[in-house]
Amino acid sequence: MRTRDVTALEASCASCHECGLLTRVRRGSHHDLQCPRCGAAIHFRKPQSLQRTWALAIAAAICYVPANLFPVMAVTSLGKTEADTIMSGVIYFIESGDWPLAVVIFTASVFVPLMKLAILFFLLVSVHRRSSWRPVERTRMYRLTEAIGRWSMVDIFVITIMVALVRLGNLATIEAAPGAVFFGAVVVITILAAESFDPRIIWDRSHEVDR
Amino acid sequence: MEAAARVVACECCDLLQRIGSLAEGHTAKCRRCGDVLRRRPRNGFERTLALAFSSLVLFVVANSFPFLAFDMRGLATQTTLLTGVIDLWNQGKQEIAALVFLTIELAPIAQIGLLLWVLAPLRAGRVPWQLPRAFRLLRHAQTWSMLEVFLIGILVAIVKLLAMASVVPGVALWSFVVLIFVLSGAVASFDPEEVWEHLEARR
Repeated sequence: MRTRDVTALEASCASCHECGLLTRVRRGSHHDLQCPRCGAAIHFRKPQSLQRTWALAIAAAICYVPANLFPVMAVTSLGKTEADTIMSGVIYFIESGDWPLAVVIFTASVFVPLMKLAILFFLLVSVHRRSSWRPVERTRMYRLTEAIGRWSMVDIFVITIMVALVRLGNLATIEAAPGAVFFGAVVVITILAAESFDPRIIWDRSHEVDR
Repeated sequence: MEAAARVVACECCDLLQRIGSLAEGHTAKCRRCGDVLRRRPRNGFERTLALAFSSLVLFVVANSFPFLAFDMRGLATQTTLLTGVIDLWNQGKQEIAALVFLTIELAPIAQIGLLLWVLAPLRAGRVPWQLPRAFRLLRHAQTWSMLEVFLIGILVAIVKLLAMASVVPGVALWSFVVLIFVLSGAVASFDPEEVWEHLEARR
């Protein structure tokens, strides 16, 4: 039989969040403890991980609505102003036959933020229910949300470049619209939410069920 | 050179395990959840220093020369990397301007600067000043540096604008593209654990 898996927490050890050094911690004395190697504060788990992740994920979900309803970009051409939402940008590419670009924008701006939020809420609920369901897969899902969050910035960058390039006075100008601010907020807040979640909690909870 | 064996806890699932002596170019993964415990790049120290220095040069070039030009029936607009940020700021979208500035200017130059900050003194046989703080900042800079995402943004914007007029790439755009590869090479070959071992060995 294989020796039972022991976590650092069970062995009264904590690894430094900054430099990764493993330190032995006496129970009850872990407040104000510093890493002997780099001086960072030592915690067994990220402090208030669940509360923070809940708060940020809910905030991001709220911002997601105006980010999609409001226009992100306004094109003024010969006195006429046309506003573009994220979806109308995707539809524009589909209509002009640029399938690959439609897929890129849809994935980065619509699908990735939604999937990130869905995964975060799923992980939060599963941890609260002390689920022992497939911890390896749930850890993998967490790493996925961490890795893909940055790609949602594509639309913000497209707007930035269009704004810079199209400044032709009366002929055509492009401005960023309020939806872009909300969309930027969604990207930033979901990145912070993923950062504040501690995947080790998935394993803590599933372990308690084993015993 | 081989790293000494030691016990670590997985960052993702907290499992205690021993990493054997890890040869250069090898990666140790958690046996329970598969997360990377430690990556030991080949010749990491020298390579990171060289790539970080090249990144600095490319970053300066990418910011000093014309980035993209736009030509619509003789009406031309010339831009640099920062033009969009400044325009967004002037349009009253300071939040977006700040976010774009952070992700394509501040975070990347912080990455480059901090790598040099840590590695150049070590190369000269000195202990870098404020080393733990430099490592902490470097981790944050890595999260927010999004040059490769910006490149996709450029491609999408060019295709969108081609219907209206022609877009002419400038020198800065090419060095920006090279910068993406060189800087991610520098980050990939950087091993903080090697720096700590280096310092501990000298004590």
